[in-house]
Amino acid sequence: MSALLSVTDAHVAYGKVEAVRSVGLEVGENQIVTIVGANGAGKTTLLSAIMGILPLKGRVAFAGQDLARLDIEDRVAMGLGLVPEHRELFVTMNVEDNLELGAFRIERSRAKASIERIYTLFPRLKERRKQLAGTLSGGEQQMLAMGRALMGEPKLLMLDEPSLGLAPIIVADIFRIVTELRASGVSVLLVEQNAQAALKIADQAYVMELGEFVLSGKASDVAANEQVAASYLGFQHEATSAL
Amino acid sequence: MNTTIMLFLLQDGITNGAIYALLGLALVLVFAVTRVILIPQGEFVTYGALTYASLASGQMPGTAKLALAMGIVACAFDLFVARKALHGRLILRSILANIVLPAIVLAVTLHFAGQKPPVAVCIALSLLIVAMIGLFLYRIAFQPLAHTSVLVLLIASVGVHLALQGLGLLFFGAEGQRGPPVLSGAFTAGSLRFTGQSLTVYGITIAFIVGLWLFFGLTLYGKALRATAVNRLGARLAGIRTTLSGQIAFLLASVIGALSGIMIVPITTLYYDSGFLIGLKGFVAAIIGGLVSYPLTAVAALFVGIVEAFSSFYASNYKEVIVFMLLIPVLLLRSLAAPAVEEEKD
Repeated sequence: MSALLSVTDAHVAYGKVEAVRSVGLEVGENQIVTIVGANGAGKTTLLSAIMGILPLKGRVAFAGQDLARLDIEDRVAMGLGLVPEHRELFVTMNVEDNLELGAFRIERSRAKASIERIYTLFPRLKERRKQLAGTLSGGEQQMLAMGRALMGEPKLLMLDEPSLGLAPIIVADIFRIVTELRASGVSVLLVEQNAQAALKIADQAYVMELGEFVLSGKASDVAANEQVAASYLGFQHEATSAL
Repeated sequence: MNTTIMLFLLQDGITNGAIYALLGLALVLVFAVTRVILIPQGEFVTYGALTYASLASGQMPGTAKLALAMGIVACAFDLFVARKALHGRLILRSILANIVLPAIVLAVTLHFAGQKPPVAVCIALSLLIVAMIGLFLYRIAFQPLAHTSVLVLLIASVGVHLALQGLGLLFFGAEGQRGPPVLSGAFTAGSLRFTGQSLTVYGITIAFIVGLWLFFGLTLYGKALRATAVNRLGARLAGIRTTLSGQIAFLLASVIGALSGIMIVPITTLYYDSGFLIGLKGFVAAIIGGLVSYPLTAVAALFVGIVEAFSSFYASNYKEVIVFMLLIPVLLLRSLAAPAVEEEKD
């Protein structure tokens, strides 16, 4: 199976400081792939560079096409979506407008059907559809950010720390929706500090430290790794049965 | 001062204020979407007014040739940027939009020049020409700098203003011009006399404000423009091209500027450099609105117009000084309020 997203020997730098070094990554169709790692490891930087927000040295291919010369909007049009850590919502516009704009490049008739699909996925957003995005709770804003990205009909959705700062019940809801996305044919590249939850739902996993991948493989194998268990899951290997 | 004079000054102030409101709204729109402080907004006013007046008096306006020249440069920019991924459709589209369209407008203008065409034709051609200049200006001067700082954009803006003003002198000469009224006739209500032209100003201003409100509130492109103003990265992630938003903003600003000029030129003699001062008054209103608030800008513009009218009665030599002094308390208040906001953002 050819990979939907393929990153080869990627380097990302802020001036002279290299935040991501020689990273390679693949995401297949209908897959959830997670990148786990401590704060400052370079996970967000890597996602931003894949999306075209930051310049990247190396090769990024999506659906077989090299993304080097494409800007953010072209990548969105190809089916790459990003829900950034800060969500980047249109805070002075209401929920429905935010969603409608997510489908800016999609045919109007399809966009209308998509909104109903998003409301089914996130019923809370339907209740709040006339409310300004800036007045929503953190969890609702996260749902809106995901909903807006899904309105663009992505083939691959990249989620940056979707659980950050949210109540456990909302986090569980968001992770449930991520698995539903895979079932509906959307691949997910998930960056998370909550490694335990991410490794539970992912197919493949990469562990990032100081800008490099130190471990990769099946998510279940990565979760079973002693070092990962001790560093990111908060317990020693003998306790992995608790996963 | 008796009531009649007061009412007359108020009427005069509101007429001018309506124009400043349109210009202020255009400045806020362009700044919110592109971060450009559009100093050449005044040149759009002058170009619109003097193109209209030239056409109406049977002369050929140089602005039509400028639009074609700028279109050729814009086309060259487009093709150069896309040089590694050029394909037939892109080349054709760029040539049609940047060269063929202004060439057709130039041909139509040449056809009508010397014939003293009807007012409606003069207005339509003037708006088209200035709208194209606005669009090409964005492509040539601001789109390549879109990722730079507000200061760099401001410097470019000053440069563009000086260049357009110089070209204005070349096209229209140092003599002032007046155009025919859009709507002639007048009627009296009590002690006030309403001319067709002042009613046109009110009507067009209200129509434009309502039109803009509907555009921003109901249409997808209007919402996309608002979205770009609220969050540029968010807009890009939704697939909204910031260049498209910039083009729409400049198109609206140039049409608003030209329309303002066409409304003013039958009332006041305009010179090639008159637009700068008129644009600056819209700028005062936009600053009072914090360069973000449309309603506050519109109200501030009316206030600026009224202050100007009254100060021209009491101290006509100082009327500009008085109007621009309005900025000082506003900037003082904003500077006192601003540090706290910036700290929060950090």
